[in-house]
Order: sequence, then C-alpha cells, then structure tokens
Amino acid sequence: MIKKSLAVSALFLGCLGASTAGAETLKFAFQGTLNQLDPYSLNETFTLGALSNAYEGLTRRDENLQIQPALAESWEVVEPNRWRFHLRKGVKFHNGNDFTAADVAFSADRVRSEGSDLGTRINAEVKVEIVDDYTVDFVLPGPNPILHYEWDTWYIMDKEWTEANNAVKVTSASDTTPNFAALNVNGTGPFKVASHEPGVKTVYEKNEGWWDTPTHNLTTVEFTPIGSDATRVAALLSGELDMVYPIPVQDVKRVNDNAGTMALTGPELRTIFLGMDQMRDELLYSDVKGKNPFKDARVRKAFYQAIDIEGIKRKVMRDLSTPSAIMISPFLFSRSGEFERYPYDPEAAKALLAEAGYADGFTVSMDCPNDRYVNDEAICQATAAMLARIGVKVDLIAQPKAKYFAKVLASGGYDTSFYLLGWTPGSFDSWNILENLTQCRDEAGKGGAFNLGGYCNKEVDALKDQILVENDPEKRDDLIAQAFTILHNDVSHIPLHQQGLAWGVSDGVTLAQRADNQFQFRFVTKN
Amino acid sequence: MPNVTNEEAKAEVPVFANPADTPSKGALARALDSDIFHSFLKSKVTVVAALGTIILFLLAFLAPWIAPHDPFDLSTISIMDARVPPVWMEYADPRFLLGTDDQGRDLLSGIFYGMRISLIVGFCSVIAAAILGITLGLVAGYVGGRTDAIIMRIADIQLTFPAILIALLIDGATRGIFGALDREVFSFYILIFSLALSFWVQYARTVRGSTMVEKNKEYVQAARVIGIPAPIIMLRHILPNVTGPVLVIATINLALAIVTEATLSFLGVGMPPTQPSLGTLIAIGNDFLYSGEWWIAIFPGLALALLVLNVNLLGDWLRDALNPKLR
Amino acid sequence: MLGFAIRRLAQAIIVMIVVALLAFTLFRFVGDPVNQMVGIETSIEEREALRERLGLNDPIPVQFARFIKSAAQFDFGTSYQFRQPVSDLFLKRIPATLELSFMSALFALAVGIPMGIYAGLNRESWVSKLFLSVSLIGISLPTFFIGILLIFLFSVTLQWLPSFGRGEVVQVGSWWTTGLLTVSGIKALILPSITLGLYQMTLIMRLIRAEMLEVIRTDYIKFARARGLPNRLVHFRHALKNTLVPVITITGLQLGSIIAFATITETVFQWPGMGLMFLQAVQNVDIPIMSAYLLLTAFLFVSINFIVDILYYLIDPRLRVERA
Repeated sequence: MIKKSLAVSALFLGCLGASTAGAETLKFAFQGTLNQLDPYSLNETFTLGALSNAYEGLTRRDENLQIQPALAESWEVVEPNRWRFHLRKGVKFHNGNDFTAADVAFSADRVRSEGSDLGTRINAEVKVEIVDDYTVDFVLPGPNPILHYEWDTWYIMDKEWTEANNAVKVTSASDTTPNFAALNVNGTGPFKVASHEPGVKTVYEKNEGWWDTPTHNLTTVEFTPIGSDATRVAALLSGELDMVYPIPVQDVKRVNDNAGTMALTGPELRTIFLGMDQMRDELLYSDVKGKNPFKDARVRKAFYQAIDIEGIKRKVMRDLSTPSAIMISPFLFSRSGEFERYPYDPEAAKALLAEAGYADGFTVSMDCPNDRYVNDEAICQATAAMLARIGVKVDLIAQPKAKYFAKVLASGGYDTSFYLLGWTPGSFDSWNILENLTQCRDEAGKGGAFNLGGYCNKEVDALKDQILVENDPEKRDDLIAQAFTILHNDVSHIPLHQQGLAWGVSDGVTLAQRADNQFQFRFVTKN
Repeated sequence: MPNVTNEEAKAEVPVFANPADTPSKGALARALDSDIFHSFLKSKVTVVAALGTIILFLLAFLAPWIAPHDPFDLSTISIMDARVPPVWMEYADPRFLLGTDDQGRDLLSGIFYGMRISLIVGFCSVIAAAILGITLGLVAGYVGGRTDAIIMRIADIQLTFPAILIALLIDGATRGIFGALDREVFSFYILIFSLALSFWVQYARTVRGSTMVEKNKEYVQAARVIGIPAPIIMLRHILPNVTGPVLVIATINLALAIVTEATLSFLGVGMPPTQPSLGTLIAIGNDFLYSGEWWIAIFPGLALALLVLNVNLLGDWLRDALNPKLR
Repeated sequence: MLGFAIRRLAQAIIVMIVVALLAFTLFRFVGDPVNQMVGIETSIEEREALRERLGLNDPIPVQFARFIKSAAQFDFGTSYQFRQPVSDLFLKRIPATLELSFMSALFALAVGIPMGIYAGLNRESWVSKLFLSVSLIGISLPTFFIGILLIFLFSVTLQWLPSFGRGEVVQVGSWWTTGLLTVSGIKALILPSITLGLYQMTLIMRLIRAEMLEVIRTDYIKFARARGLPNRLVHFRHALKNTLVPVITITGLQLGSIIAFATITETVFQWPGMGLMFLQAVQNVDIPIMSAYLLLTAFLFVSINFIVDILYYLIDPRLRVERA
C-alpha cells in the first residue's frame, strides 16, 4: 500500500521525501515536547525517557523493567548502611572524556542541589565516598532496600564538561541566561544529540564509541512533537513517520487495519483512581450541608459499586485497560492477584446510600483533567452517568491539566470534593503509594501530599514505616498486602484501572514497548 | 479564522449611504416596505434560505418536545450504547436514527439540543455586542474629540485580543476570582461575554462612521438648535438611520459567533461536554474520524454548515436589498 | 501633520501599556505555572521555593513594573518550559508564521479576486451563485475541522501532501528560514495555507463582488460603455481598478489578523510558528511566552492602525479639517 501510493504520488508530485530517506533513519513523534535537555530539571517520564538515549545511569532497566548493570558493573551491600558500586572501565563520554568515580560523586551532588527536580533519587543524608577511580561507596543514614530502584533515571554527567561550561547549577526556570546543559548533551549513552530545537525537532545520531554492543541498527533518529492526536495518527498512516505515540485508543483498530502500520498495545504502570474528600466536616461542593457524606464508608462503597468498570473498559478504553482492585499495577506488586474489586451492583449501591441516610442521593462536583490521562474526561463523564443511576448528581468540572492541578493539589488548597487522578510510583514500589497517596496529612499537605481527599488511618501509616526499613522481601510483601487490605476495606479510594499503552509503528520497525512508557532507541531495528 | 475585524465589517457593508434622507421614517419600517418584500420573493435562493432557517430554528427551539431523547439527562444514557452507528449501517440500534456519540447520547437529539445551545449563545452574544457597540459608536461619533479618541483606542486594545484569547483569559480569570462555580451555567456566560467583547468593535466603528456623517445633516442640527438633549437625538434621530448596516453585521456575526464557539470548544473553553453545543459535538467527533465513527463529527458538522449557510444567505440578500445603489 | 502623528503615537504607546497590564493581570488566573515546571512528586516546600525564586510571590504591581522595565529593553524573560530567552524563541518561530501567513494571503487573493470579479459581473448567473454559496462553507465550518478533513483527504487517503511540519527548510541569512526553496517545504505549505486562507478568500471574493456591483453602475462606467469601449477594457481597466483600493487596504489589515489568528491552523498542522508556541504556552502556563506573544500581536495591530490612520490623513483632506 505504501509502495503503491508512493508510485502514485511520484507521478503527480515527485517523490515523497519523508519515507524514502535512508533506511536507518527513524522518525517518530510524541504528543508532548522535549523542552530542555538538563537531566535533573524535570522529573517527567517523557523527558527522562528521551534523555535515556544519550545519558545513562549506574543502572538501567531492560525491556521488562528488570534492573541491569549499566555504568556500574556490579554492586554490593558491604555493611547494612554502606553500598559499594564497582564502575565500568573504559567508558567514554560523547566528547571523549573518561567516565570515573569523580563524575558519579559530582552527579550525586548536582542531582541533590537547589533547583533539581530529581532530589528524591538520593536522600540528602546519603554520603558519597570515592574509594578509587572505579569504586564508589554510598553511606546511608539507615537501611534502605530500594536505594537504587530509581537510579536508572539518575543520569551521570561529565564533571569536567559541566564545570567547563559553567553548568554546575541545575537549569532552573528562574535563570536569566540560558544554561549550557539545557541545550547540549554530553552523556555516555548509545546516541548523541546532533541538534535540538525545543518544541520543533530533536535529531539524534548513533554514538560509535558506545561501550555496549548495539542491538539497534539506527544511524539517525528524528523526533518531532505533534500535539494534535488526529495529526499524529495521520502522519503515521500516511507513512511520513515510522513510529508515533501515544495513539488514541479509538484509533488502534484503524492503525492495525491500515496496510503498513500496526498498533502495539500493552498495560501501563499508571493506576487511575477516584478520590473523595474525607477530611473536611462539610464538602466544599455539595448540596449536603453540615456534614460530609464521604466520611461514611458506606457512601464511598456505594460510589464504588455504582461504577461499571467493565463498561468503561469496553466502551471508553476499548479493552485497553486492566481493571484494578488496588492502587498499584500487578506488575509492581506480586500479590495483587489476591485482591478483588467490589462487584458492580447499582441496587446494592442504592441500598448502601439509603442505609447511610441518602436514599434520594445528593449533588457533588467532580474535578477531572481533560488532557492528562487516556480518555480522562470520557471516564469522568461515564462515571457521572453511572452515578446518576443511583441518584447522585455529579457536576463535572473537566479542565486542562494546568488548571486542574492548580486547583486540586496542595498549592490550590486541595480545592476538591471528588476527583480523578492517576499515579505511577516512581520507584516502581508500593511504599511510594503508601507515602504519597494514602498517608495521613494535615491541611497544608504535610504528610501524604498527594492524598488529596485526606484519607487517614494510623494503622496503614504504621505499616508504611515498617515497610520502608524491612529488608526481607517476603516479610515486606506481607506488610504491603496488609496495608492494601485495610485500604480496600476502608474504600479509601476507588481504584479504576491501569490504563493501556498504545504505540503506532510502521511495518519493518521492531521495538520494545516498556510498561513505563519510555521509548528507548537501543531496542529498535528498522529494515 | 472566525474573527472579524472592523475593516471586514466595513467591507461587508460597503459604504452604507443612509438609505433615505427622510428622518421621519426608520429603516425598520422601510424594511417592511413592499419594495424589499418584493425583492425577497424574487430571489428563489433567499426564499429557500429563509425556509431553511425557520425549519432549523424550529427544530432547535422545540428540541425538548421533538427530540427522541434528552441528552442532558445523565440517568437515561448508558455508556454501553456508545458509538452506535446510524440506523442504515450494520450493528445499528433502531432507537438511534443517526447513531450515538462516545458517551451513548443519541446524536439526532444531540444535534437538536446542540443547535439550540449554539443559537442561544449566538443570539445572546450578538445582541450584547450590538448594544455595547452601538452605544459606544453613537457616543464616539456624536460627541467626538477626546471621548471619541478614548473609545477608539479601547477598540484598538480589544482588537489585539482575539475571541479565542479573550475566552481563555476570562474563563481562567473568573474561575480564579470566584472559584469554581457551577460549570454548566458558568461557561455559558463566559462564552457570551467573550464573544460579545470580541465583536462589539465592528458595530462601534460602523455606527460611529454613520453618526459622524449624520450629525452634520440639517435635521440633526435643527434638533440641536431647538434644544433636544443629546441622548434623545442619538436614539430618536440618528439610531434609526444606522440600523441597516447593524442588521447586516448582526446576521454575519450570528454565523461567526456559532463557528467561534465551536473553535472554543475545540480548545476546551466552550460549552462543557455534558451540555454539548454543535461545536462541542464536532470537537468530540473530531477524535473519532479515523476510527471509522465518522457520524459523530459529520452530522453535527453538516447541521452547523447548513445553519450558517442559511443565515449567511439571508444576510447576503439583506445586504443587497438594503443597499440603495443596487436597486 | 506632525502634531497629529505625535498624538497618535502617544495613544499607541498607551494602548500597548494597557494591553500589557490587562494581559499580565489575567495571566495570574490561567493556572499555576509551578505545577507545570516540576514533576508530580516534587515536595510542597520545593514548589514554594521555586515560586519565590521566580518572583511569583511578589505583589502584582511589583511584578508588572519588573516586566515592563525589561520588555522595554526587548527582554521578555526566560520561558518556563524551554528555559531559554523568550526573544530567542520568538526569533526562531517568526519566519514559519510569516511564511504561512503570506502564502495564505496569496492564496486568498489569487483565488478570491477572480471569483469576485466573475460574481460581480455576472450577478444572476448560477456559477456566481455557486461561488457565493460554496465559499460560505469556508466560513461555516470551524478551522480545525477543515484542517482535519484536508489532512484526512490529502495526506492519509491520497498521500499527496504531508500532514504536519514545514518539510525541509533552508537557512537564509542569519536567522531567517524558508521552506519555499525545497519541494518538501512547498508541499508542506499547501494544506495549512488553504486552511488559514479560506476565510480571507471568502471575504475578498465577497468584497470584490460587492464593489464591482456598485462600480459598474456608476456614471463613468456607463459613460465608458457609451463611448463604445470593449467590455473587457471597461471591466478591467476602469471597474477593477476602482475596486482594488478598499481590497488592498483590507488585505493589508487582514495580514495582521492572519498572523495573529494562525494559532489554530498551526496547532492542527504542527506548524512550528508563534501561534503553536502560544497555545502550548497557555496549556503550560508559560507566562513569559504568553505576555510576549500578546505584546507582539498588540504591536502589530497598533502599528498597522497607526499607519492606516496616517495614510487616511494624507489622502483625505476632510479628515484634516475635522481634526484641526
């Protein structure tokens, strides 16, 4: 089909430049922009993923997200509080500088400095000690079994290059002069950044001197941001691009039916859930006055059981979602199979509402982003319609993420009664959920800062503290399971599903679709 | 690009020489004159357009009584009915003549109700813009001097804010100041306010121009000499002589307001999806064009095109009919 | 004359300052920029510190004074998203927008004028009625929808034209880039230019038609005909010439609004111009870019208005009397 239409277009308008370029050039588009190149400036999946092709950490994760050695060849816990990393020898940065322990120590300082958005990668109290050129020790204030879980996105920078270019300070938006590190890259990774025009185009070239044996066959990669869903899909269907992501779930079939393209789908790690204000004595946006219906677990459970999750899966997500009973993806917690959702049952939901004293239902406003998660607004609309059937009238406030987050997060004073949110634990670990989403908080947000509804159960918090320092994996999982059981019984939140990933790929391109939605060129081959 | 500057308005209303010099008889009265009525009947296109407009208006305003479903009543719609194709296609459901949208709302009912919202938004914003524009235009043209300069510079400021931007800013600002009010009522007023704010300049400039010509005419001078107060002169004597061009701008603007509202929906600051206008329906359907569910965007698109076309054809006729040079 | 020019210039400057103030006040409410600048796990304390460093906690008058002071030196600050000076970003994006605007104006003129002449000369013919009705479709469908339909037809189905971007661009001089020198660049211009120019085309066509209808009824045209001059000569030498003055005025003024309102077209076609950057800035609450964009369009409108006023003053003696 592509070949045929190429012939046709050649007749009319000459060659279609885009798809006849060298076979090893990969052209791809993503919905968002790569704003700047400083690896510590923004803790966001796409930015970190795009930079992972040029920068590397001490560790990296493979196609299945398993931790692998990268710039560190191996590591060991020499004492409970002392981790020793043995660095890879003979690794060179793109500019030819050698990679040594000094670079690791420098990067550890920089990632924790003011203005860094990745400060959580290493606790401020961790001391970094250079043992020799290729050995580094990390001295911790206390045991931490998941110290290195996020280090695949803590990229090592070249001390000499960064200092020479006056870029030791992390690029911050309050800078008045452009930071060198925001516009240039000097990593150790498989690709160099040949040119970068923010918001327009970024070109990568193969790094011939990479320490690892390349499994890809690319020489050049061109990235263009395309914000409009329809345009992005069109660019793939017309053969102008080799790969685009994400593609809207409704277009998966079209991309598959089109000769020459196919859709790759898989589960993502992000869990989408609904939360309810359980902290205020009276809801901000409701016709119930003088009390807060969400403080009653029966009301929360009624909401839960009113939601037809299979309907949402089939009709809104087009089967590209995995309904979930807990707040974490089954890929990140091995015992999640033990949990089961409360069944969809509008009659039971009505009965629960009546029991709680709201036989006629009530009115509540719902906050929802409309450009953040897959079909976020459509999910909220469907939820509103389902709740209408048990007598609850939902006023839906769906807005762009800039306004949505400004309203519902701590900075907006948790200005919401009922909301939809998505969460991927950065460390791929349950503790992150218990720390951020379910921990008790005060009105200013001290504690579980993203526990927008202010759910609070001291038992869960006690378990969380135990989980942090428990080194035995089995015991640890047991504690996590206990915490999730309490959350489930309390109906602290209403977990909906893990949304699906959908990437569009041209025939002839093979790649690895990682569940964290990072696109790494080293897994790509094109012929 | 649904944003008309004053120059376009001037263009669309080429040198509107005051249709008659008899001040006793207003333009509205003249419009019902047999002359114009005759030209109306003579033009088949116009008769068809007028009929089409009436039918569409009736469908829109009678929506609650004639639409098969109520798309605003959430308890009657089910997500399981989402994206059902029109009845003549496979997998159709006889309940939904033109199919359903992504939330399972009947599209035909959605179009009726959507047209109603689009028309209400259109009419309200046109009326608001006209009142604002005519008042300021009359004052600027009649009083002149510093007042004129200030009003015209305000018009300049306004022109630098396209309707889209005004809506974005006002939407954000009102919410920032008053907090989140009832979204469904609120967006409606924001829309009307934004559209009115971006359209008033055309009326003001046109009316100002005509007023400047008119105020030097003998009858106005005479009225002034015998001591009739300025507001009365403006309302009773000058206003009737500028209604022609205002009517023409209004018809064009009605269509433009409806299209602009659609664009704003695309940007997410139009009517909320729970109360879709025609534009919102198109913006929703836009996402489903490639997936083969074309009816969600195409049917509302056709309805919108039909509506705007009819209103514009009427406007065309009105412009020619009211222009004495073409009689 | 000089006095008038100075007075108008002073007014123009006041307009600019008011636009800046309005924009600045309203931007406060578009959203919280800090949320867009950090990852979701960033702590509240760090967010607060960043807000402090950016000066977002200062009173609005202080922030505004700071903004005006640097804007007067063409320094619009650093973009929150891109961490680059806003003026650099705009310099890179301006050629794309200007080229698109110019091409769409060209399209509007090249198609609109002939259609308008025909419709004006043959008022009753069904072809001119067809022109009038069909051209209305251009303004009865929203721009974004027209763009998507064009992409669907010409990029996806026929695969003739690209769906996004500028194609291959060539650097001309130190900061100008053009797509007019490469095949892919020209092909990339076609769909966005049509989408953006459709509205202007309709407008110009109707304008020319209306002017033609009036002019051919004037005495001197009747006189020219009476003298036995061939129809073609009368139509093009005498009639068209008289309709062109308002057309040129309006096209010039329209160019300003094309540039300013190209935002939607640029978004649909991922055209790397200022409009696209502006809409992205709104989504990400990038206040420096929003302010700069608004000031730039304000500047464009104000200067065009200013020039037009001066021209009218020079051409129309009646105005001169009245102002004096």
